[in-house]
Amino acid sequence: MYPQTRNWFPYVSPYDPCPPIRVKTYSVPPQLFITFQPPDLPQNSPAEALRTGVLWPSLYSPYDPRMDHLGRGGGGSHGT
Amino acid sequence: MWIYEKKLQYPVRVSKCDVKMAKYLTEQYGGADGELAAALRYMNQRYTIPNKVIGLLTDIATEEFAHLEMIATMVYKLTKDATVEQLEEAGLGAHYANHDRALFYNNAAGVPWTATYIAAKGDPIADLYEDIAAEEKARATYQWLIDMTDDVDLQDSLKFLREREIVHSLRFREAVEILKEEQGRKTIF
Repeated sequence: MYPQTRNWFPYVSPYDPCPPIRVKTYSVPPQLFITFQPPDLPQNSPAEALRTGVLWPSLYSPYDPRMDHLGRGGGGSHGT
Repeated sequence: MWIYEKKLQYPVRVSKCDVKMAKYLTEQYGGADGELAAALRYMNQRYTIPNKVIGLLTDIATEEFAHLEMIATMVYKLTKDATVEQLEEAGLGAHYANHDRALFYNNAAGVPWTATYIAAKGDPIADLYEDIAAEEKARATYQWLIDMTDDVDLQDSLKFLREREIVHSLRFREAVEILKEEQGRKTIF
């Protein structure tokens, strides 16, 4: 579990028609906690910056698509 | 004026033949929170925003056009070799009837792009808050698109684009801080 996500627990009724998803999750990426970037933050190498999309590691936000158990479809769930 | 570099901002590699994914990706092409809407929104707001943040809006608008090229490349790769039957199976039959395999600025549900997707209130704080919201909505759209494919190469490009939305959001938040701060600041002698 990434620290950049939060969980919540929706109400589950005994009369729900479908199997319940008990835990839902959402992203809380780093920009929410920075507001104004301080100077002289450590930097990625150019290659790493291109790969991750950002020059500063502290702004990097990973995203894991395999979140089925957390209430998100994943892995080509739209069918083939 | 722009200088055009004939390359993508980040490589786009699509490894899985998945025509349906092309339909979903068009949400970021011609959708309300897509790259076209983002680019045009900032490129237009920049004229009436305070001097200190004009450059930021121009730069981000320019990058959004680079992202638009990446999305276009993904959609094109996924549809260029599709048969009419495959397009129909993917829900793109109506698209083919109108456009052949041409790309068009509509969202994943086929609704054409409209200028009502973007705003320019003229109030710098209202405009920047709209821009922050637009970046967060685009970030969320990329998350759902990443969830919808198991093509790791396509996911890789989409993760890059998601990260850029995060950086843009932070820059707009910083722009708000700059506009909040300037005038009230006391000069210390």
